[in-house]
Amino acid sequence: MFSKILVANRGEIAHRIIRACRELGIRSVAIYSEADRDSLHLALADEQVCIGPPVSAKSYLNMEGIIDAARRTGVGAIHPGYGYLAENAAFARACEKAGIVFIGPTPDNLHLAGDKLTAKRIVQEKGVPVIPSSPSGVGSVAEAERIAEEMGYPVMVKASGGGGGRGIRMCQDRDMLLEEFPIARMEARAGFGNDEVYIEKYIVHPRHIEFQILADRHSHVTHLGERECTIQRRYQKLIEESPSPALTPELRGRMGQAAVAAAEAVRYVNAGTVEFLLDGDGNFYFMEINARIQVEHPVTELTTGIDLVKEQIRLASGGELDYSFDGIQRRGWAIECRINAEDPDRNFLPSPGKIESYRPPGGFGVRLDTHLYQGYELPVFYDSLIAKLISYDLTRDGAIRIMRRALQEFRIAPIKTTIPLHLKIMDDSSFQRGDFDTGFIERFVPDEDDDE
Amino acid sequence: MNEPEENAGRIEVRVPMSGVFYRSPAPDQPPYVEVGDVVKKKQVLGLLETMKVFQKIKSPSNGTIVEIVPNNETALKDNDLVFVLEKG
Repeated sequence: MFSKILVANRGEIAHRIIRACRELGIRSVAIYSEADRDSLHLALADEQVCIGPPVSAKSYLNMEGIIDAARRTGVGAIHPGYGYLAENAAFARACEKAGIVFIGPTPDNLHLAGDKLTAKRIVQEKGVPVIPSSPSGVGSVAEAERIAEEMGYPVMVKASGGGGGRGIRMCQDRDMLLEEFPIARMEARAGFGNDEVYIEKYIVHPRHIEFQILADRHSHVTHLGERECTIQRRYQKLIEESPSPALTPELRGRMGQAAVAAAEAVRYVNAGTVEFLLDGDGNFYFMEINARIQVEHPVTELTTGIDLVKEQIRLASGGELDYSFDGIQRRGWAIECRINAEDPDRNFLPSPGKIESYRPPGGFGVRLDTHLYQGYELPVFYDSLIAKLISYDLTRDGAIRIMRRALQEFRIAPIKTTIPLHLKIMDDSSFQRGDFDTGFIERFVPDEDDDE
Repeated sequence: MNEPEENAGRIEVRVPMSGVFYRSPAPDQPPYVEVGDVVKKKQVLGLLETMKVFQKIKSPSNGTIVEIVPNNETALKDNDLVFVLEKG
């Protein structure tokens, strides 16, 4: 086991990893940008290293600076969290070269997961159904236009190296494609350091279901059940839950098997997620493998009792996976609401600023993963995710009741957040019945146009 | 050509929130606009990145760009002046 780990991230996920380290008796090193001097993860970690100016490209994406910090602090491993360098194969290789363990998949896994088109082809060869898309990256607007015409609108422009819903633009027609294509590339570069994008057929109103995967270095692979991530806005997940109200045990069995087959096909190692779209007729399509710990991992932790971050660390140090889905005790229902610094009444525009007033919720069945504190100033340079509120109970109805109560307790002011929107959703009868698709959010935010 | 109007409209374009200002759609591409360019209402003049979200900064009217205040990649505060246009 490692004696010291560098956490190459910021915000709530940095807290999550630092906490796991502390419980395992592992010392932790926090990194931070000049805009994050007052961030709470510095206080939780054992050591702190400044790695650059505010802009992510020069700090949290600064591979050399991070490897250098890891060397200077003498860590045995780096945990990348999610986003930033988490799925960067070059970074994983650089760690390897420096003799530092990258806590996550192999560089080859990352390369393949990042190359979503090749991943799709390999998985398809194993008999897993996939969504139609351009055969490779699309380099120009003209090429995008031609492919979209062939495929038929609507289409999506997606970042090849992307994930987490960033760098995706839906285009209803040619005019939209012409305008959105360059911006999708810009977002891809800013978010992932790679501006390659591809075109994918847009499947109207599906559900988004993903399976948690764990794999060790000894060829054992298991899934830990599904997460329902259908409630999204602009491909950003807002609410996740586990289990999914849409799956029968039979369908769960088939999808879980497909997820394990997909992971095995790419010789996957460590924690990952296999994403599927599920249409109204019960057909599912492989979308991609997310080669990282995901934002919504807590709903799996609460329903399986397995600490996924500790498992990542254990598996990265050579530990063996000695259990499978059928052997674990799954229990209850967990729901996560992503609290973003966004204004739902102003088309979800970001809402940066200082947290003047802060009152977190608590009590039975409530988990709160956040980096907020009273007096904290949200930097404009980073993601608007400011808290993950998770409720857990034996039944779905119980988890909804706990979530509603916790959301009512939660006060963050004066910035705008998605808390009022989550409250509306908890009160919605379709949501309560578990009856929704990816178009669900449009009922609450009818105007999806951010152009004004 | 017409004589300039006595009350030629000077239009200020300010950012609606704090964020990082970009003059072009990508580092290797030319800026959306330069001083002297004639622009149309709703034409994209630049981008504002706030918490990883890019917003288009659009022209409020037809006109000519007379000033671009911040440099590319400058961190701006809410309501900072970005472009000055002459109405036309």
